[in-house]
Amino acid sequence: MTGLGPEAWDAVRLSLQVSLVATMASLPLGILVAWALARKSFPGRQVLNAAVHLPLILPPVVTGYLLLVAFGRQGPLGAMLYETFGITLAFRWTGAALAAGIMAFPLMVRAIRLAFEAVDPRLESAAGTLGASKLQVFTTVTLPLVAPGVIAGSILAFAKAMGEFGATITFVSNIPGETQTIPSAIYAFLQVPGGENAALTLVAISVGIALAALALSEWVGARVATRIRGA
Amino acid sequence: MSLEVAIRHRLGDFALDVDFDAPAGVTVLFGRSGSGKTSVVNAIAGLLRPDAGRICLSGRTLFDEAQGIDVPVHRRRTGYVFQEHRLFPHLTVRENLLYSRRVTRQRGPGDLVETARLLGIEALLDRRPGALSGGEAQRVAIGRALLSEPDILLMDEPLAALDEARKAEILPYLERLRDRAGLPILYVSHNLAEVARLANHLVLMEAGRVMQAGPPGDLLSDPALVNILGLREAGAVIPARVTSHAEDGVTELAVSGGRLFLPRIEAAPGTALRVRILAQDVMIATEPPRGISALNVLPVEIASLRYGGGPGVTAQLRSGGDMLLARVTRRSAEALNLAEGTRCYAVLKSVAVAPTDIGGPG
Repeated sequence: MTGLGPEAWDAVRLSLQVSLVATMASLPLGILVAWALARKSFPGRQVLNAAVHLPLILPPVVTGYLLLVAFGRQGPLGAMLYETFGITLAFRWTGAALAAGIMAFPLMVRAIRLAFEAVDPRLESAAGTLGASKLQVFTTVTLPLVAPGVIAGSILAFAKAMGEFGATITFVSNIPGETQTIPSAIYAFLQVPGGENAALTLVAISVGIALAALALSEWVGARVATRIRGA
Repeated sequence: MSLEVAIRHRLGDFALDVDFDAPAGVTVLFGRSGSGKTSVVNAIAGLLRPDAGRICLSGRTLFDEAQGIDVPVHRRRTGYVFQEHRLFPHLTVRENLLYSRRVTRQRGPGDLVETARLLGIEALLDRRPGALSGGEAQRVAIGRALLSEPDILLMDEPLAALDEARKAEILPYLERLRDRAGLPILYVSHNLAEVARLANHLVLMEAGRVMQAGPPGDLLSDPALVNILGLREAGAVIPARVTSHAEDGVTELAVSGGRLFLPRIEAAPGTALRVRILAQDVMIATEPPRGISALNVLPVEIASLRYGGGPGVTAQLRSGGDMLLARVTRRSAEALNLAEGTRCYAVLKSVAVAPTDIGGPG
């Protein structure tokens, strides 16, 4: 590990930061979209479903390029964000988080949607007869019951965000200390002679983080499942 | 406290069109599967929005299509006990029981400890629903509905999913609930034994309509309704009073038409009971029978004879102030020259007792 320069440690810190922010920020929207797709019928449902899944199917570079076109300083959304809030996403770590969040979104939504579909709607109507408003039914019955799916979806999204490369490097490039995450750092180290050792260490760290996330999700998932099965 | 229901609703090919009142006490909504009983209850609870009509509970309008009133489910104050317990699996028994209080932030007069004792679930409070038996879970579900301080308790075949032993475990609690006056109960059932034990008022449904409504004693002994009730299950329910216990283990009961002798009943003399006498357990004799083992013979008068399509005849027998039903064959009826007004004797092969008092009015 000692052979790792500050640049590589920056990549590790940045990867964790980008993935965590991407997961946390997309979670409320992910729950909302999963709920709508699982429970509601509305015009444009299929369109929404397709849009959510698009990043899974498109080449990541294409997604990255579309983000650049939309959120670049000259892009329609990017220009608006800059003029109203002074926010720039392109070539910033926030842009990396946006790219990672979008790439991870389909996986998150799928896991949570399955959990919503598994909740017995009869429990929800029972809660209604006991005096719970629709919002209370959601927060006190539905949400606790989909918790395992939310946790699984979040871990999956986090892992996907940690590994995101194509869309990120296209949208925010590979700037050490700003947008260089573990995958792009590994890529950069492999491009220069003698960088193999640093790359290998980053690979080991990457594997370690992935295993830790998996173990954490198993542990939390098992606890929540026991609680919910009601034994 | 009363419930008035007059609703119409279409569900595909099925048309629901019901109009009935439920007075205080236990009103049993009786009918075959698919006769629309559950739809009626769901409409009262607000889980089903009828196409037309109105529903009033104790003077409060819950639904009125014409006036555009449709009180949302969570404001209706109907305690609903479903066929399946529907306990929240992520909450303990205690949290399930207190769920209504948690979401409505109201503390009614109902007491958790007292309700738990009434239902015999004090020892289960810290368990989770997954660790309960079917009978225990259903009792917790009843407690949860009670503690929501409802204006009416809706029970949709709460015992249907349970085996006989579990049913026998819960029925006494339901009787206790009924006798703890005040809370009207609408109880859906297609089991006549439950009707005989619990009902103060009976509403008979068939194919989405109310066929007849009234006191269970009148309806159950009405030969015209035998087909709806089912031939095997048809039988009268009459009030009786324990008079004495003989030393040989036989209990004597007084009914309006005479005396009945039954294997010992654990009830003090003076206790009021209901006895249920199935039509197929009643034989008719034109002379006082002698030399038979049946203990129970009542002098009766034939009030009506109803011939069906088959070989059977349903006779309605007046015994004092009550009516009994008897199923005999057409051949026997003709051989004995049975006619309205004929005085004869009813030989009862079997009498079932509902062990507790007839609670409330009716």
